[in-house]
Amino acid sequence: MKGLSINNISMRFDLKNGSSVQALKDVSLDIDEGQIITVLGPSGCGKTTLLNIVAGFLAPTEGNVVLNEQVVQGPGAERGMVFQQGALFEWMNVQSNVAFGPRMKGMSKSEQGEKVKHLLEIVGLADFEDKAVYELSGGMQQRVALARCLANDPDVILMDEPLGALDALTREKMQGLVLKLWKETGKTIILITHSVEEAVLLGERLLVLAPRPGRIHKEYTLPFAEMGVNMDLREVKKADGYTKTRDEILSIIWEMEEEIMGRAEEN
Amino acid sequence: MAILIFYIIIFVAAFYVVKVATSFTKSQDDFTSLKTVTFGDESAVSPNRAASFISVIAVFAIWAAFTGSKLIPIHVPGPFIGELTFSYIAMNSSGETDDADVTITVYDVQSGDIPEKLDIDPGSGFAHNDTDQIITYRSGLIKVQNNDDGGKEKGYKVISVNGQEISPDTEIFIDNARIFMTRKGTLSVTPEKGWQMQPVWLPAPETVWSRLVKVGSEGYKNFTLLEHLGWSLIRVVVGFLAGAIIGIPLGYAMGLSGWFRGWFDPIVEFMRPVPPLALIPLVIIWFGIGEQGKIILLFLASLWIMTISARAGVSGVNIAKIHAAYSLGASKWQIMRLVIVPNSLPEIFTGARVSMGVCWGTVVAAELVAAQKGAGMMIINASKFQMTDLVIMGIVLIGVIGYAIDILMRISENYLVPWKGK
Ligand SMILES: Nc1ncnc2c1ncn2[C@@H]1O[C@H](COP(=O)(O)OP(=O)(O)O)[C@@H](O)[C@H]1O
Ligand SMILES: [Mg+2]
Repeated sequence: MKGLSINNISMRFDLKNGSSVQALKDVSLDIDEGQIITVLGPSGCGKTTLLNIVAGFLAPTEGNVVLNEQVVQGPGAERGMVFQQGALFEWMNVQSNVAFGPRMKGMSKSEQGEKVKHLLEIVGLADFEDKAVYELSGGMQQRVALARCLANDPDVILMDEPLGALDALTREKMQGLVLKLWKETGKTIILITHSVEEAVLLGERLLVLAPRPGRIHKEYTLPFAEMGVNMDLREVKKADGYTKTRDEILSIIWEMEEEIMGRAEEN
Repeated sequence: MAILIFYIIIFVAAFYVVKVATSFTKSQDDFTSLKTVTFGDESAVSPNRAASFISVIAVFAIWAAFTGSKLIPIHVPGPFIGELTFSYIAMNSSGETDDADVTITVYDVQSGDIPEKLDIDPGSGFAHNDTDQIITYRSGLIKVQNNDDGGKEKGYKVISVNGQEISPDTEIFIDNARIFMTRKGTLSVTPEKGWQMQPVWLPAPETVWSRLVKVGSEGYKNFTLLEHLGWSLIRVVVGFLAGAIIGIPLGYAMGLSGWFRGWFDPIVEFMRPVPPLALIPLVIIWFGIGEQGKIILLFLASLWIMTISARAGVSGVNIAKIHAAYSLGASKWQIMRLVIVPNSLPEIFTGARVSMGVCWGTVVAAELVAAQKGAGMMIINASKFQMTDLVIMGIVLIGVIGYAIDILMRISENYLVPWKGK
């Protein structure tokens, strides 16, 4: 069976002072190949932890992750990561950053070059091969990060708040790019965000996580991602049901945040 | 003290002069000049190049002015040179008084010409005219009693000089000199020293320059100037490289393995605050004063700095980079080579810069203690012979080389780790 399944995952961090944090409790999820899933939740609810487990950087205390009938044991090239910021290699130029994955696989130099050229064109950075990454703007850097991830041709792309550090306008453009890449490449994508709008716009399925312990609170199936592939995202926002869904999710998140605040005050 | 006041005056005066001079030419098109809040805005403070220029000139001008340099026309008053005369009145054992003149030639021994003794008329009465010679900056005992009739008898004494009364343990001032009467009644004459520095304290710039030319062509103590400086540099480079070759891998190991970190942490943390200079005695006892000892000292000086900077470079890597590399299929070895090592380079360069500076200071200090050759040996040896010009020349060269090392490190840093701080 192709696809990704997350089976009854629990994650407990034992702290040095003897106490422990239940970051995730009994999280299960099945994702079909080619789906784009967005994950929302108040900060500290375990989103990053979940993604790190899928990526193989963390082993869950209970449960497992299965990708294409293989249990995930550690990081691997079939699961690509895009981070918020600072994950590019500053000592390499754009070309070498994007070619990193193919190079690890032992691809020939000329093949690498072609691949990089092609991907940079797709993300809108044609002719930027020789630029140093620290010369690029934040948005351009994230384009490079996307290209680097795609260069490895992973089955699943995991994104942890990839657009979180960008300004609103750049962010909007990048959201369009994510949808475009999703459609063109047919990759399975899990995208974490703390922006409700972004989650509603980009997620075929949208998961709302609840904190303490982190668990799936609610799941939505949404049409907007499919719409956004052929339409300007601003138009999508005018579509039927968009505002209603967004406001509903916003109020759920608000409630959770307030509960967290209340608990903090009690302590 | 006078020099400090002078310096402050130049500082303030130059400030106002430059301010007035630039107020006419001030351009309004750069951004900073449009800022209304500049006090406290660090980015609005850029070094005033005119100030730097005047500052350097001022140091040289003061140096020249206070050493009577021939490079500039105006000097602070120098020591009195020439003939000094005064008259005194003496009283002999029977209570009679008589006067006589004293003529003293004050001369500069450095200039080479030693004046001949003056031939003078002894004059009348029991007190006779005297003559003597004093070298500039020194004082001389003028034993007028030796020359006067009855000067050795009890009751003979000098009672006044140039009409001013004088008694034992008091002093009077005449033109160009201070005269002090010792407890035994002898006159001690100190000619006016002026404001200039004695050459043994501070030689004129041109003296230092001519010393540089001389040592540059003839060498000093069996080695040429280049050999002295070169040996110091070689020691630094060899010691530093040895420290880096051991220290960087050690730092990586400490950053990557708990066992290494646990094992070496106490050693590194203990050795780090020990100044390398404090190790000199031990190194001399263990390894003697030869090259081996010096290089080991410099090795120790750079080792801990390089270890700590490499360790910091490893722990400073953003975990997202490591995660990204793993997800892109990199092996541990590839992550080491392609991520951890390049990521640590900026830290290592910072360490290398600090380390080179410390090594340069340490090598000079070690050579001061014991060496046959080297910049430090040259100046400590010169100081034993009061060759202040050579000492100053050495200090200037040591400073210039230290500065050059730092600039070189910075240039290579910009070239090799251009992403630093970005
Ligand atoms: N390495 C860790 N050690 C201890 N606690 C951790 C660790 N990583 C995450 N946590 C805790 O797990 C919870 C979830 O964290 P995280 O997944 O980063 O949240 P999110 O990404 O949703 O903001 C938080 O309470 C956090 O403090
Ligand atoms: Mg997070």
